[in-house]
Amino acid sequence: MSDRIFGGIGLLIALIFAWQATIIQESFLSDAVGPKTFPLIIAAVLGISSLYFLFKPDPEPTWPTLGRFAEIFFAALVMIAYAELLPEVGFLIATAVASTYLTWRLGTGPLQSVIVGIATSVGIYVVFKLILGLSLASGPLGF
Amino acid sequence: MDTLSSLADGFAVALTFQNIGLALIGCFLGTIMGALPGLGPSNGVAILIPLAFTLGLGPTPALILLTSVYYGAMYGGRISSILLNIPGDEPAMMTCLDGYPMAQKGRAGEALALSGIASFVGAFFATWGLVLLAPQLVKVALLFGPAEYFALFTLAFATLGGISASNQAKSAFAAALGLGLAMVGVDTQTGVPRFTFGEVHLYDGIDFLVAIVGLFALSEVFVFLEHRGSAAEEAAKPKMDIGKIVPSWGLIRYCTPTMLRTTVLGFIAGVLPGAGASLGSFISYSMEKKLVDPKGETFGKGDPRGVAAPEAGNNAAAGGALVPMLALGVPGSGTTAVLLAVLLSLNITPGPLLFSQNPDVVWGLIAALFIGNFMLLAMNIPMVGLFVRVLMVPPRILMPIVAMVSFVGIYGISGSSFDLLVMVGFGILGWVLRKLDVPLVPVILGTLLGNEMEVNMRRAVTINDGDYSILVGSPLAIALWTIAVVGFVLPIFYGKVLKRKMKNPSEEGSLKD
Repeated sequence: MSDRIFGGIGLLIALIFAWQATIIQESFLSDAVGPKTFPLIIAAVLGISSLYFLFKPDPEPTWPTLGRFAEIFFAALVMIAYAELLPEVGFLIATAVASTYLTWRLGTGPLQSVIVGIATSVGIYVVFKLILGLSLASGPLGF
Repeated sequence: MDTLSSLADGFAVALTFQNIGLALIGCFLGTIMGALPGLGPSNGVAILIPLAFTLGLGPTPALILLTSVYYGAMYGGRISSILLNIPGDEPAMMTCLDGYPMAQKGRAGEALALSGIASFVGAFFATWGLVLLAPQLVKVALLFGPAEYFALFTLAFATLGGISASNQAKSAFAAALGLGLAMVGVDTQTGVPRFTFGEVHLYDGIDFLVAIVGLFALSEVFVFLEHRGSAAEEAAKPKMDIGKIVPSWGLIRYCTPTMLRTTVLGFIAGVLPGAGASLGSFISYSMEKKLVDPKGETFGKGDPRGVAAPEAGNNAAAGGALVPMLALGVPGSGTTAVLLAVLLSLNITPGPLLFSQNPDVVWGLIAALFIGNFMLLAMNIPMVGLFVRVLMVPPRILMPIVAMVSFVGIYGISGSSFDLLVMVGFGILGWVLRKLDVPLVPVILGTLLGNEMEVNMRRAVTINDGDYSILVGSPLAIALWTIAVVGFVLPIFYGKVLKRKMKNPSEEGSLKD
């Protein structure tokens, strides 16, 4: 079943891709092939392989339980928040919070997670900023 | 002789204080990454690429650092195979079969030392193979026109799923997905934007580094979140008693014929498209078993030759895989695809011109590989205890560090949150694709080579006044197309059998060496 859904989504992507390819604005100065042909070939390959999944799906993969799905969803959410907030609050704080969360969710005790999270953040800061001189995001507090 | 003098020049490039230091760091980090289950050569190199850039390393130093990581990871994978019975990376899978039984008999130290020597033999002779074969391949590559290049790229995609691919439709889908992603951005030939949906950030395309780090490194974090607390992870406690580390001369001499045979096999497997190091070690082990132990009396029960064979094989394949990457610009395995990304982002076009335009890069790199090999031998025998201790770091602490370092690297390049968001997106995409058993390497290669492939097709057809028959217009092109078709069709019949034989232990094993 998963493969059939995957095939359906793949087919949809192929169609959207092909449609987007046909509406590419062509420049008056174009080569013999133009900017549309190659994307259309790709769309065809995408579409054909998706049809294959629809009609001949592989055995079902072992999907995680709903709890684990939520786990992955929230981890992704934390990473997105991290990406958005990094320039706002600065590297040290954002990284400490994000790695605390990930360490905790991977099975470390809460208190130990906080320690590991802060240590990770400070460790990366020391190695990459102070020793190697990389520019990391600095927040309102300057770090 | 020409080759040897170029190699001597290469040593002059490699033997600077900075380059030796980088090789040392690379070998060290690589061995650690190889040894840690969950971090293999391809994601190890992927995490370090952005860092190498933000540090402002030039092309040669950056390549030296990253290929040292690549070679190091090939050495390191065996450590956890032998001590924990968990392969540190995919190519080290076969080493479990005899390495772990040896460790159980109290001969862990011997197994580690012997496999270290076997790795050295494999990698050392494969590097010589690279020196001798790559310039020859360059001569062939000079005959290639745009049409032949287009055929060659197709060949790379057709065979990349590997001989062990069980579902070629999924490989094709993955390649097309990667190529499609490469199309995003302003068309290089006519200057019109494509698939940008009006988003300014997308005008210069999706940075393939962002895609690589997301697909390889972040998806690994999600896999660990999914499997947290599973039995294998908690049970893994390395035996600290590894016994004596120095193997007797007798043992080395006993295994020498094995090492030499499997080095040759592994190297060939590495050079061929679509094979890579995992297959190299698999072929080496099974051929050696057929040859010296046809009745299966000692292999699988701790035969030292069963440890030496796959290790020499996979390290030789790692060196062999560099040949098509450097000489043709078409990688045959996951990690060499990632290394190609390094070259492309440094504005160096691999392929025949690389040898004439940037000889210092090529030969400096090769010389650094020789030097790195000796460093790795030194690190992996007397200092192996150190790496055993690193294995004690649990994934629950390690994986967040991996994620954070990935973020730091990508943010360091562009300083934009947008790229980080795209990377998280790729992380999730990577996880879903791995669940569905869609290989990730073709996706990467597609994003890397997509534009180049399209340019070659359009150039060929434009030169020929819009006539598409030029694409199959020369014997060379026809030969390449034939190999591509055979390479794509063959696994449909043999793939499932081979995959079952390799007994892939990990479910989402789409991360090829």
